[in-house]
Amino acid sequence: MFKKTLLATAVIGAMLASAAQAETLRWTRSADSLTMDPHSQNEGPTHSVNHQIFDTLIYQDMDVEYQPGLATEWHVSEDDPSVWVFKIREGVTFHEGQALTADDVVFSLNRARHEHADMRGLLTSIAEVRAVDDYTVEVVTDGPNPLLPNNFTNLFIMSREWAEEHGVEEPQNYAAGEETYAVRNANGTGPFRVESREPDVRTVFVRNDDYWGIDHYPMEITRLVFTPIESASTRVAALLSGEVDFLQETPVQDIERLANADGIKNEQGAENRTIFLGLRVDGETLDSVDVDSNPFADRRVREAMNLAVDATTIQRAVMRGNSQPAGMIAPPFVNGYSEEMDEVLPADIDRAQELMEEAGYGDGFRVTLNCSNDRYVNDEQICQAVVSMLARIGITVDLVAQTRSLHFAEMAREEYDFYLLGWGVPTMDSEYVFNYLYHTKEDDRGSWNFTGYSDERVDELTVAMGQEIDEEARNEMVSEAWQIVHDEVLYVPIHHQMLTWSMRADIDFQVQSENTPHFKYLRFTN
Amino acid sequence: MLAFLIQRVLQAIFVMLVVALIAFSLFHYVGDPVLNMVGQEATEADRAALRARLGLDQPVVVQFFHFVVNAAQLEFGISYRSARPVTDLILERLPATLELAIISAVFAIVMGIVLGIYTALYRGNWLSKFIMTASLIGVSLPTFLIGVLLIYVFAVELGWLPAFGRGQTVRLSDWWSTGLLTASGLRSLILPAITLGLFQLTLIMRLVRAEMLEVLRADYIKFARARGLSSRVVNLRHALKNTLIPVITIIGLQLGTIIAFAIITETVFQWPGVGALFITAVRFVDIPVMAAYLMMIGLVFVIINLVVDLLYYVVDPRLRVQGGGK
Repeated sequence: MFKKTLLATAVIGAMLASAAQAETLRWTRSADSLTMDPHSQNEGPTHSVNHQIFDTLIYQDMDVEYQPGLATEWHVSEDDPSVWVFKIREGVTFHEGQALTADDVVFSLNRARHEHADMRGLLTSIAEVRAVDDYTVEVVTDGPNPLLPNNFTNLFIMSREWAEEHGVEEPQNYAAGEETYAVRNANGTGPFRVESREPDVRTVFVRNDDYWGIDHYPMEITRLVFTPIESASTRVAALLSGEVDFLQETPVQDIERLANADGIKNEQGAENRTIFLGLRVDGETLDSVDVDSNPFADRRVREAMNLAVDATTIQRAVMRGNSQPAGMIAPPFVNGYSEEMDEVLPADIDRAQELMEEAGYGDGFRVTLNCSNDRYVNDEQICQAVVSMLARIGITVDLVAQTRSLHFAEMAREEYDFYLLGWGVPTMDSEYVFNYLYHTKEDDRGSWNFTGYSDERVDELTVAMGQEIDEEARNEMVSEAWQIVHDEVLYVPIHHQMLTWSMRADIDFQVQSENTPHFKYLRFTN
Repeated sequence: MLAFLIQRVLQAIFVMLVVALIAFSLFHYVGDPVLNMVGQEATEADRAALRARLGLDQPVVVQFFHFVVNAAQLEFGISYRSARPVTDLILERLPATLELAIISAVFAIVMGIVLGIYTALYRGNWLSKFIMTASLIGVSLPTFLIGVLLIYVFAVELGWLPAFGRGQTVRLSDWWSTGLLTASGLRSLILPAITLGLFQLTLIMRLVRAEMLEVLRADYIKFARARGLSSRVVNLRHALKNTLIPVITIIGLQLGTIIAFAIITETVFQWPGVGALFITAVRFVDIPVMAAYLMMIGLVFVIINLVVDLLYYVVDPRLRVQGGGK
């Protein structure tokens, strides 16, 4: 009895001690959040900040596993395969005290479907959202949508009452130039509340001690200070000088230096992004090619290029080991990934030359490669390496490397024959990849397929896998589709990008592949 | 006088129109802002709709006309990136840049004149030679490198000064918050001010030295010495005064340069001024901000040149005769 009391006292004492300890985390990365309006922008840094303030129904934890957030469970309705049912967590309150109900969820989902909302693109399949009771929400889609919950991981829930009170029922309208109350103020249910915000300068968060998950998560940070620093060397200097504790997206050239610095450590993980080269395979001839035909239309040429572009050498020489050479355009944690297809063929120049000759391009040809120089890790250097690798099989490449805004604008205008692109898969499912990169370019689909590739069967499978509820049948579709495009050698995959975070040595925190730190998981080991 | 004034003002307006044309042409030649404003999931129809709402689908002449009319009223539209009025954004950021520019200008002017005089008067000694050699470094090293070096020495290795930011600020009025009144604000100012001012410092120093050497050879200085005046009076009163006339012109012009070149320093030190705003705008193809910034810098230079011209007119009587006015 006495022992038990003693133990209890010790436990309570320890809890009090840890609660009393104020731990500040100073966080930096290159870009600030664009807005605190949770539905206005679909952009990484913006989501990262909003994840600290708001909750989503479902979220991807530090291991990118789906976890219940404000929804405790979700399933397809037994009566109707086109309806998803979400059970809402009870007893949750917003920072300003409003109680969370199904009504707020319905409001938020509809708000995110508004025409000003950038999040709309992820919710196009939704026909109706309705509250069945205070803690049940039903989402009706136009046809079965097995992946619907995957689209909800960045879909933040806000309070209807608060939105009405401040006149922000509609998301911020970029074009009309609104600066609404929601851009600088936020009332979420998340682990941190906003204390102050100066865009591009500093945002300060304090721990939400009423958080519903306060006992589930470590929640050791009491104060979170976010200062974006644009210049890479200054960002690293700020960590070295102890002015910040946590650096997201360590520049590759500084990884080694930080690893050797006292009191600082790096954490690394695969990022959800694959870098690859795209080729225009349709059309009789190409603008930038000096032969009268389209060499990329010939599968043998594409295979030869795949054999000549040596991903392993790029990993070693360009990325200094900080990448994972790829054979397919989906990182390992995406549904549909296959180790077999991701296998990287060793460079084989002799075989590649044979293929070129068979295709009638034994003398090679000349083509322009378009590349960004400020979007992906070492993007321009990757392209330079590709230029010299392709030269070995007679393909003379003129490299045009330019800033991302020009690169993507010209890409969107379909001006490229041969280009560099990186692709992430936020839904963690191959359907997303097929929808944007492999489906024939038409209306809403294939919007990033600039290859001109079009295959009826792939299109059919892409549409079908977006609606098939039966998991086994679905997975068969996915692997069939992958096999077709793999045999076609449509793109030239290079690598899955790696992500590095650097931090004070007494911080226990892993890399999250979506590059979204959930600070409620962070622990201090001192 | 009036004819001269009108002529100069008309010239200034013409220059501003040319600057406006360049700023405006950004809208057509720098990437596609729409791509940055919508997510990768957006459809072509979404993009077209946004383009129409931004007015990017109207004829170029119409767009330029609207641009000039709005610009004349200090109205530059809405930032594509933060969806706030550009004028507000610039006004909010301007105090940080002005404080940095003024402090670094004062640093450059004071140190430049003092070192210039010293190296002119004590031409032969080792310290002068050292200063002259060191100044070559100041001229030849690019600004960002100086900034990075200063950060590594004083922030990382020694830990004396902050590596980035503006420190704590105090709000003076609606849009002026100053870092000059807090200790951390002042500490944060030191490295960026040195970085930004170093080039001007060496320029002023070399100019002062050259002018001073020139003046010291003049007959009236020899005469003053012959009269038995103390070298202190000769050097500081007679020589320095005449040295400073051309120096003042240069300083006036350099002030504009400091504001314009604050871009690099602000980026290196994450200084929340208009220069950093401009760089962020470039990254996001935030054309209204870029255009407004260019117009602002254009205006600064035009005004400085105008004032310098008018001052010459006041100072130099020969100009007045030539102009024929009264």
